[in-house]
This record gives sequence, structure tokens and C-alpha cells, in this order.
Amino acid sequence: MGAAVCFGCAAIAFGPAAALVLLTVAAEPLLVIVLVAGAFFWLLSLLAASLLWFVSVRLSGREDAAPLLLGAAAAVLLQEVCRFACFKLLKKADEGLATLSEDGRSPISLRQMAYVSGLSFGIISGVFSIVNILADSAGPGTVGIHGDSPYYFITSAFLTMAVVLLHTFWGVIFFDACERRRAGGLGLVVGGHLLASGLTFLNPRYEASLGPIFILTLATGLWAFGTAGGSFRNVLKCLSCKQEPEGRAMLYSALQVPPEE
Amino acid sequence: MITFMNNSDSEEEPCNERTSLMSAESPPVPSYQDGLQASEAGEAQAHRKRRAGSRGPNNIAGGEMSGSGVPVRESALENEEEELTLKYGAKHVIMLFVPVTLCMIVVVATIKSVRFYTEKNGQLIYTPFSEDTPSVGQRLLNSVLNTIIMISVIIVMTVFLVLLYKYRCYKFIHGWLILSSLMLLFLFTYIYLGEVLKTYNVAMDYPTLFIVIWNFGAVGMICIHWKGPLQLQQAYLIMISALMALVFIKYLPEWSAWVILGAISIYDLMAVLCPKGPLRMLVETAQERNEPIFPALIYSSAMMWTVGMAKPDTAARGPSQQRWDAAEDGREHLRSPSHAESQMSETRSPVPTRPVTSLEELEEEERGVKLGLGDFIFYSVLVGKAAATASGDWNTTLACFVAILIGLCLTLLLLAVFKKALPALPISITFGLIFYFSTDNLVRPFMDTLASHQLYI
Repeated sequence: MGAAVCFGCAAIAFGPAAALVLLTVAAEPLLVIVLVAGAFFWLLSLLAASLLWFVSVRLSGREDAAPLLLGAAAAVLLQEVCRFACFKLLKKADEGLATLSEDGRSPISLRQMAYVSGLSFGIISGVFSIVNILADSAGPGTVGIHGDSPYYFITSAFLTMAVVLLHTFWGVIFFDACERRRAGGLGLVVGGHLLASGLTFLNPRYEASLGPIFILTLATGLWAFGTAGGSFRNVLKCLSCKQEPEGRAMLYSALQVPPEE
Repeated sequence: MITFMNNSDSEEEPCNERTSLMSAESPPVPSYQDGLQASEAGEAQAHRKRRAGSRGPNNIAGGEMSGSGVPVRESALENEEEELTLKYGAKHVIMLFVPVTLCMIVVVATIKSVRFYTEKNGQLIYTPFSEDTPSVGQRLLNSVLNTIIMISVIIVMTVFLVLLYKYRCYKFIHGWLILSSLMLLFLFTYIYLGEVLKTYNVAMDYPTLFIVIWNFGAVGMICIHWKGPLQLQQAYLIMISALMALVFIKYLPEWSAWVILGAISIYDLMAVLCPKGPLRMLVETAQERNEPIFPALIYSSAMMWTVGMAKPDTAARGPSQQRWDAAEDGREHLRSPSHAESQMSETRSPVPTRPVTSLEELEEEERGVKLGLGDFIFYSVLVGKAAATASGDWNTTLACFVAILIGLCLTLLLLAVFKKALPALPISITFGLIFYFSTDNLVRPFMDTLASHQLYI
């Protein structure tokens, strides 16, 4: 407990997200706006899901797992609905930007917007999941004193990191599937989200939940990479730092340093 | 604490200049190299003026300027203008996101760490009805009455200010503003510093304290009311907004605070948009007189080179353009009402050796948007109240933060569409209030239940 746990877990949970935002989003104002807009849409979905859960708890009159299961499933589905709404809005914005610009192309591509909106969903989802836990971890206390797992904080941090990355990948895949009107991609994203959320129900049996979630993250990441146009060859080319001859003539200056006399 | 609130004008004072979210965008100035280019850009300006007014006789306007190729040129100019609007639009939004975020971070950090600002220690004289009553109905009634009193005070103060401005009592206004910024920069800072030191149990002797407060306050007065580096001025404006917001958070009772926030958004909407609204009259009077409004009440995100700007160029332009430029200059002066800025531009105009093109280029780049300090204050009050009263929950604070940013973004979008002074409070505060109440009552229990089982959605 204490500041070390708090900062450490925060770094684990949001390190990749912070790096992604600083390197790719912070420099471009339009992408920052897309980031905030994505967060807003996610919040709307959460609001709707919470309302549903609240109503179901009040109606059924019980506080056990059933309304929670319903609430969680509704939250997942509503998040995907809001992701679709975000897609519609960004598509319209993309068309608007394209018509307004001089050369008929918008300054940022729909793929960039897909990535940033996925990232924004991930960040806000992760933040809402973990920020209260982080605030509590900075104070005094004993973890798991009532028999729960003592690894609560660190596993929460890793789960949050996985959720952030998953949302980013899902954003890319989802927008691409919507763009090409492929229901398969949509179904797999929704299914993957339900799977990831369902696996967390297996907590605190972390070997059953953390491991598969990370495998899912890796697989989704590879799929998103492929969707975005990456391939093994691209990676090799990037890693070998080979510069392709660009087909332009290179002029070498004929000036030479006068020889010493 | 109630005594000094009696004779301080500082509470209403930032509330008066709440609404000026005005675009400082000025038209692309024609480069003086090419007469042809100048006439083209002149057409662009003429088109834009008519566009702003009505979308009617664009072709006719183009026909007046030059005879040839008007439709083609018109669409090209339209595109260019829209692209410029867009290019600077996103940048303007970020230029306002950053200071609003910083102000909110300062307020939330203070609220979460310094106990003083969440302790109840009396109420302002403007909210005399206490909320300690047992029945809900009585409490609601008291908060509504408090709101009515507060809003009436604000209306009276605003009308008073507008009357002073109309009858040119500038000295009075300047004295009032200087007095209130003195109070903010010295007294409130002293209290704030004292509480922060108490919280972290840091000892500081009085001579050091005196030197620190004196320097902070003196530099602040100079930066805000006279000349200073832009970023330092912005930092000081953010700090005084945060201090003011903290005062409101401490002294407004709970329910009254929420009702006041709602009522102030409605007042803002009416004061800026209604034809007889005080703030609109203020803006229009300043426009007629070609004067900046008030120093120290507007946050500006970039420099405006207004004074030295148009004069070298007016000779080069045609008569109709000149008329429009004068009106536009008036609006530009309006858009850069900060005294420090006009002073800064005055210091630059005695540099006549600088070629006109670079001034124009700079002017093209250094546009900015202006937001009234009252907007900063009320945004921070909303987020700070959410941080203070949402039962230790960070989710509510973050939800309100996102809501306010989205509201600001939408307001700036409307600004780009309508191109006139708009109220910045209504959309953001509405979203903020909706998100506060729904997150506190619906989302918080849901997320808490999920977190207790370590479930992720």
C-alpha cells in the first residue's frame, strides 16, 4: 500500500495508453477532440447500462449476481452500440473534413480516427474501472484481509492495461468492419468483448482470467494489425531499417574542399 | 469570514464578464506585394462579410469587385475561408481545453487534499438562507431563494457595470477591477497558501511569507493590468479563477450551488443572446466605440496584433473594404479586450521598421479565442463540487470533466458557425449537471459493485 503501489499500478494500467496518446494523439488537435468525443460516447453507454442495472435491481429487489450479470452484458452491448454511433459521427465528420479541405482529402484518415476512438474508449473504460481503486491504494490498509486475494491491485492494473489495449484493437477492427459492411468482424468484436468481460467473472482465479485475457489481447492485436494493413513483411521492413530507393535522382555536390596549400 | 465578504465586489465581479466566448478570428489580410492578390483577398473579405450577414447576394458582391471569373473564384474563396476556419478551429479548441483543464486540475487537487475548502464555515451574505433544515421541501425552497438572491445580485451588478460603461465612467471601472484583483491576488492567495502549508505541516516564517505573497501579487497585478508575457498572464488568470472557484465551493451550500449553476447558465444564455441583455449591450457598446471592453476579465489564448495592424493597409484597400475593415477592427478590438494585450500591441506598433508582411503573417497565425473568466470559474465550481461532494468518488469528477470539455467543444463549433459572441456556460453546465447527477446516483453504485467483484465491462 502507499504511493508506490498507487503509482506502480497506475503506470502498469496506463503506461501503454499514455505512450500512445503522447506519441500519436497529442500533436494533432483534431485527434484530441476525437479522443474526448469517444470518451463522451462511452460515458453515455455506461450511463444507459447503469440505469438498466439500477432498474433491474429495484424491480427484482435483490442485490446478488443476476442483475449484475445482466448489467454487465448490457454494458458490453451498449458500449458496442455507442461505438457504432461514434463510427457514424466520425464518418460524417470525415466526409465534412474532406469536402472542406483544399485537396479533397481530410487531414486525418478514418483509420486514424478509428484507432483514436478505440483508444479513447479504452482509456475512459480503464480509468473508470481503476481510479477509485488507485485512490484507495494510496492510503493505509491491508489487501484481502477478509480472505480475498492479496494480489487485487496488481491484477486490477494488468486487467486494466489489457482492457485499454483491447478497446484500441476493437476500435480499429470495428470501424473497418463497418466501413466494409462485414458483419463477421462486428460479430467477432462483440463476441470478443463479451468473452473478455465474461472472463473477468472468473476472478479471483487469476490463472483462468488473466491468462486467457492476455491471449485474447494478443490475438485481437494481431488481427487489428492485419486489418490496418500491416503484415509480417511490413514489420520486417521496418525492423531492418532499410531505406527503399525512391526513384529520385540524388545530386551530389561537385564542390570540394580546396586542398591544403 | 463573512465580514470581508460584505464589502468585496470580487464575487460578482468575475460573474459579470461571464459570457464572452468570442472568436478572435480576423480575416486573412491581403499581402501587400501583389495588387491582384490584394483585390482577391478583398473579395474574400467582402464575401465573408456578406456571408456573416446573410447568404444572399454573393454573386452581386463579387460582381462589384471584379468582373471576371466570379463563380469560380467565389467557390475557391469559400473553400479557403472554410479551411482556414477549420484549420484554426481545432487548434482553438485545444487552446481552450488546456487552460480549462489546468484550472480544473488545480481546483480538484486542492479540494482533494486541503480540508479547509470542504469544511462548512458559514455562508456568503448573498446566500442567507441556511440549508440545515430537516425537511426536503424546506431545503429546496431555501436553495431556490438563495439562488434568486444571488442571481439578482449578479444582474444588478452587471447592469451597474453596463451603465458605468455606457456613461464612460472608466476610472470607476478600472478602480473596481484593480481593487478586486488586489483582493484575489493578495488576500485569497494568502489564505490559500496558509491552508496548503497547514495541510502539509510546513512551517514558514512571516518574512518569507511576506516576500512570497508580495512578489506573487505584484507580478500578478502587473501582468494582468499592464504588460507581461502572455503565458504568465494566462497562468495568473487561471490561478485567480481557481481561487475564486474555491471560494464559491467553500461558501455555497450544497443544493444552492447546483441550483445557482443551473440558473447562471440560463442567465448567461439570456444576457448574451437577448437583444436587451446586459452583456450583449456591453459588447455592442464596445463595438460602437471601437474600444476594448475590460482588462483582466477575459482569458485569451493568443496574441492579437490589432492596433498596429490595419493602418498600413487601409490605404491599399478599396473604399468598401475599408468600411468593412473599420467595423472588423472594432470587433477585433472587442475580441482583444484584455488591457495587457492592447498594451502589448501598442508596444509593438512603435516598431515601424518591421515590414508589413511579417505583421500580417503573424496576424494570420496568432489568432486566438477568448473565454471569459467567469466561465472558467463556474466550470471549476462544477467539477470541484463534484470532487467535494460525490462521496469520495473520482468517477463523478471525471465524468463532469469530460462533459464540460465536450460542451466547450460544441460551443466552439457553434462559434465557428455563427461567428459572434456566444455564451459558454449553458451547454457545458447542462452536460455537467446531467452527468453529475446521473453518475453519482446510477453509475457509482454500478461501478462500485463491479469493482468489489473485480469485474470489468
